[in-house]
Amino acid sequence: MAYVAIADRDHEEEHHDPQTFITKYVWSQDHKVIAIQYGATAIFVGVIALVLSAMMRLQLGFPDTFSFITPENYYQFVTMHGMIMVIYLLTALFLGGFGNYLIPLMVGSRDMVFPYMNMLSFWVYLLSVIILLASFFVPGGATGAGWTLYPPQAIMPGTPGTDWGIILMLASLGVFIVAFTMGGLNYVTTVLQARCRGMTLMRMPLSIWGIFMATILGLLAFPALLVSAIMMLLDKTILTSFFMPAISSMGADPGYTGGSPILFQHLFWFFGHPEVYIVALPAFGIVSDLLSTHARKNIFGYRMMVWAIIAIGGLSFIVWAHHMYVSGMNPYFGFFFATTTLIIAVPTAIKVYNWVLTLWEGNIHLRVPMLFAIGFIFTFIHGGLTGLFLGNVTIDLPLSDTYFVVAHFHMVMGVSPILVVFGAIYHWWPKITGRMYNETLGKWHFWMTFLGTYAIYLPMHYLGFQGVPRRYFAMGDTDFLPASAQDLNAAITMSALFVAATQILFFANVIWSLTRGPKADPNPWDATSLEWQTPDTPPKHGNWGHDLPEVHRWAYDYSVPGYADDFIPQNVPADVAPAGRDHGVEH
Amino acid sequence: MEFGLIILAIILATLLGWILKQSFNTQPWIAEPVDEAAYQAPFNAKPKLVALTTFLAVVTSFFALIMSAYTLRMDLGDWVPLTEPQLLWANTGILVAASIAFQWTRNAAVLDATARLKPGLIITGVLTTLFLLGQYAAWQELYASGQYVTGNPANAFFFLMTGLHAVHILGGMYVWARATQRLFGGSDDVEQSIELCTIYWHFLLLVWLVMFGLLLST
Amino acid sequence: MPLAVVLVLLVVGSIVFHLLSPWTFTDLASNWGMVDFTVDITLYVTGFVFVAVNLFMAYSVIKFRHKKGARSTYEPENKKLETWLTALTAVGVAAMLTPGLFVWAKFVEVPEEAHVVEAIGQQWHWTFRYPGDDGKFGEVDAERISGDNPFGMDPDDPNGQDDVLVYGAEAHIPVDKPVKFLLRSKDVLHNFTVAQFRVKMDLVPGMQTFLWLTPTKTGRFEVLCEEHCGMAHYTMRGAVVVDELDDYTAWLDEWPTYAELNATPAGDAVAGAAQYAVCASCHGQQGEGVAALNAPKIAGQDAWYLKRQLLNYQNGSRGTHEDDVYGRQMVPMSMTLANEGAIDNVVAHIQTFPDTKPASTIEGDVANGERLYAVCAYCHGKNGEGIQAMNAPRTASMTDWYIERQLQNFKDGIRGSHLKDYYGFQMRFMANTLHDEQAIKDLVAYINTL
Repeated sequence: MAYVAIADRDHEEEHHDPQTFITKYVWSQDHKVIAIQYGATAIFVGVIALVLSAMMRLQLGFPDTFSFITPENYYQFVTMHGMIMVIYLLTALFLGGFGNYLIPLMVGSRDMVFPYMNMLSFWVYLLSVIILLASFFVPGGATGAGWTLYPPQAIMPGTPGTDWGIILMLASLGVFIVAFTMGGLNYVTTVLQARCRGMTLMRMPLSIWGIFMATILGLLAFPALLVSAIMMLLDKTILTSFFMPAISSMGADPGYTGGSPILFQHLFWFFGHPEVYIVALPAFGIVSDLLSTHARKNIFGYRMMVWAIIAIGGLSFIVWAHHMYVSGMNPYFGFFFATTTLIIAVPTAIKVYNWVLTLWEGNIHLRVPMLFAIGFIFTFIHGGLTGLFLGNVTIDLPLSDTYFVVAHFHMVMGVSPILVVFGAIYHWWPKITGRMYNETLGKWHFWMTFLGTYAIYLPMHYLGFQGVPRRYFAMGDTDFLPASAQDLNAAITMSALFVAATQILFFANVIWSLTRGPKADPNPWDATSLEWQTPDTPPKHGNWGHDLPEVHRWAYDYSVPGYADDFIPQNVPADVAPAGRDHGVEH
Repeated sequence: MEFGLIILAIILATLLGWILKQSFNTQPWIAEPVDEAAYQAPFNAKPKLVALTTFLAVVTSFFALIMSAYTLRMDLGDWVPLTEPQLLWANTGILVAASIAFQWTRNAAVLDATARLKPGLIITGVLTTLFLLGQYAAWQELYASGQYVTGNPANAFFFLMTGLHAVHILGGMYVWARATQRLFGGSDDVEQSIELCTIYWHFLLLVWLVMFGLLLST
Repeated sequence: MPLAVVLVLLVVGSIVFHLLSPWTFTDLASNWGMVDFTVDITLYVTGFVFVAVNLFMAYSVIKFRHKKGARSTYEPENKKLETWLTALTAVGVAAMLTPGLFVWAKFVEVPEEAHVVEAIGQQWHWTFRYPGDDGKFGEVDAERISGDNPFGMDPDDPNGQDDVLVYGAEAHIPVDKPVKFLLRSKDVLHNFTVAQFRVKMDLVPGMQTFLWLTPTKTGRFEVLCEEHCGMAHYTMRGAVVVDELDDYTAWLDEWPTYAELNATPAGDAVAGAAQYAVCASCHGQQGEGVAALNAPKIAGQDAWYLKRQLLNYQNGSRGTHEDDVYGRQMVPMSMTLANEGAIDNVVAHIQTFPDTKPASTIEGDVANGERLYAVCAYCHGKNGEGIQAMNAPRTASMTDWYIERQLQNFKDGIRGSHLKDYYGFQMRFMANTLHDEQAIKDLVAYINTL
């Protein structure tokens, strides 16, 4: 009872409806508005990062053609593209955007538990974005250290942006972590404390499980980044030697002694690997719900799916050094980390099987969100399987630091989550805006993006086999590369530009929908989870009108035998069901 | 990294164990009416307490990682162990006293002994400020004896760790200041703030003891 | 329906691409065939899963697509199926992991008979060191690194006296003999990679790392740095040349030991005066350069750079390209210097000339030149003063028409194409960032202001 009382009390204490435009849309404490603010900001920086990647591809496909791309700004583009996409787009969008929007609605709460802190989280995030983008305009420009920011290179003068760029980058990361922690405490507490009556943990939709687990990973992993950022900032500004060994840089002695660059790498990847799952787990969760809803079938093996999320989350903390097989760390670590890394493939594979088995004997509606979900399975299988190459310490010897790595992580961490992001946006768009999107435009958007990205990344693996290194501004004459490697690179660039350009379709759809999209049905997909059962569409402040919903079943009661409808919303009482029905479970 | 790993493993194991316990022997696909007894809130606790506990897990991870970095960095050649100022013992005593004082204040709040609240909060505030000043004095002492931040990685770690610990205490002092302000402004809605602050103070004391132990033993 | 067809086509297309792709592993040139074997196993296992799961999915999409009146089957779990799938996956994972761990165990244990070569990385060059007859390396220290002691050798360490110092980006090793590369960096992280050898490892400043292999084929194999090491990371190239044993020993003998280097007398400026007479006819009495004779100013240029270029002319790595009209003239001139001592003397003599700034002959957009020079400044210095550690000569106050011509030569591959001209090779990459003649003019106009 206590938690219900909390939800109600919060409603009385803090949910007096905002009156003015400013409090309603700018300094808003409504989780839905904050979610949109987070999402829009993340997509905005994402577009910047997309443009940066197009510039990189122009140089790689057609070297020595564009005078506005120097080696300096090429490395700056590489760095900013990577950092923006991983942290400021994907992390912010999945947790700040979808987490904010979906958690209260899906667990049946009126809002986040701490709305004021939630609002603060967004504004601090915006500040971190501004600091990050400002680094383009300081003397020396943005840092070109690569998104991994490895010292000593990141703070030594041989790298672009070591005057101010690296300082702003580290500062921005610090600010982002503060924002994330404020948001993360909210998400965890809301899931633990503000679920409505009957919403047990094991009745939560998998989207919430994914976001919840990702938040926990983030809360425990981001401190590692914060620690390394603080220490590197001190190395840079007051010449401590946490990470900096005695070196002779460009003919000068910068005055460091005895530090360890490997120490930084351990800390960085202790954050960096869980970060992969901070992005992947919400995508796993969301895609499960999309598949189930549009296949009109319960997600196959729900409990296994939950356990897999938990197992992946736990394991993700003991695999980090697989990013460091050839870093010069003690080579005996390789045995341990290769083993843990390949073990993590088992729960991940189970998730894939269960997605595919959800389609089996389903009733598949190939609407736009479903297309993206199935596209995700394909790209994720591809990206996941290539991970088995790189995770296996021996195979990492020839392939690490090559295009194979670039292709792998873009498949698994770029394309796959982004397909889910689009699928999720199309799926929840009618609820968020109250309007339908254009189905045809959406389908074109899917086909262009899905096929285009595969045309980028499949060939890229093969350049990696051949030994083309990543982070090369130009290959020049390299005797083991045939001339056709450059042709392939040019073809990849064409695909990349094509994919980048076709994202216009998405924005066109947004504009079309907002201006002339037909009014959406409150539950256009006949979905079971709570967010589709709100009294208003889009949901009003406080979400549920007068009474909080009460949950009687899990979120996957699709095509339950004995019912005329092929779905039963979570808040439909249990006694509506005929007694003693067959649940279709094999024992 | 062993140190950080062990701490994190404990945090994760606690959490995952608890979650798993919830999920075994349930058949989520079976619809059932709301069972009031079974669906109590998980911790049956106040949300702010849950948030604080989560935050403490974050801070634990933060300090555990710094201490792991410390132990890794220690093994490299240029490390010259730092002789910690004796003043730190006095500071430790003060911080222990501050924690006890907060506990005393909290007990007063729980027992509704409102007369003890004002002196309690003031005593904790004074003791904590003394601790911070003491830490600052320890820094001054090191500087006076020529032990600078950049002199040696051991020094750098000392300043970094004590500095970050002090920053966390300052964060607590902000909440303490707001509660004190409310109390003297005539409000009696301070019990939860005092409760949370007490936990936080105990936690930071624990962090300090572990950190101080690590500094002394190396 | 189109989705299912596309999924099938993508699976088939991926297989066809894989089979037909001309882009695949380079021909193996070391003992690490086991690495390729592990790759193959993984390729088969993952390939099977890729095909099986995707075709199953495509089939499901066709068979169970929405039809009027159709309804899904309700099946929350199937423990038996899930257990089977988990077990099968575990078996597949073990099949990939086990050989991987076995090969890794071989990689981390270096055979005792392996001989040792040290590869040293710095921004953005490779150098190498051989332990000499005693088989032991002398101590090195980053703090001792200087222009005269680029390896940071300890002059008092007896082990270091016979170390062979290879100041050049090419290492030779004998074929069929296991070799352990000790890896060391002077400044930032680098990575030692030879694609044909299959193994790679980072160079970490402040510590030593290693990799080992047994070369199985003779030939020249390119070394690439594969850890981002700054602005010119992509130009950090070198080579490992695998020789028959005799060729290897002959090559190694050409390089000086540390003791021999120390014993080399400094150049004698007075003795160099006589030899300079030949040079003076074109470069002028005071090395001031004569534009009419296409001879650049050499007064004020760094001694180490002048020496290297004279050696390059002598050994054919410069002035051999048929379009290098003026460079070709320098080749016979350089031959008048009989040995390295003579070169040292003449260079020492050139150092005595007064250094006056030559008149500017090139005009261009200085602002644009300044923008372009940002890249050059990394090695040649913000004021064009030249940095020996970067192997970058002085550019300020030198003859501008000569710089323009050399940039054009680098860009056209007339200079820097010879495999042994390691630093010219780098300048080709850099000259390529200047997209047209006007860009070169703008840049040189800016250099004139330094």
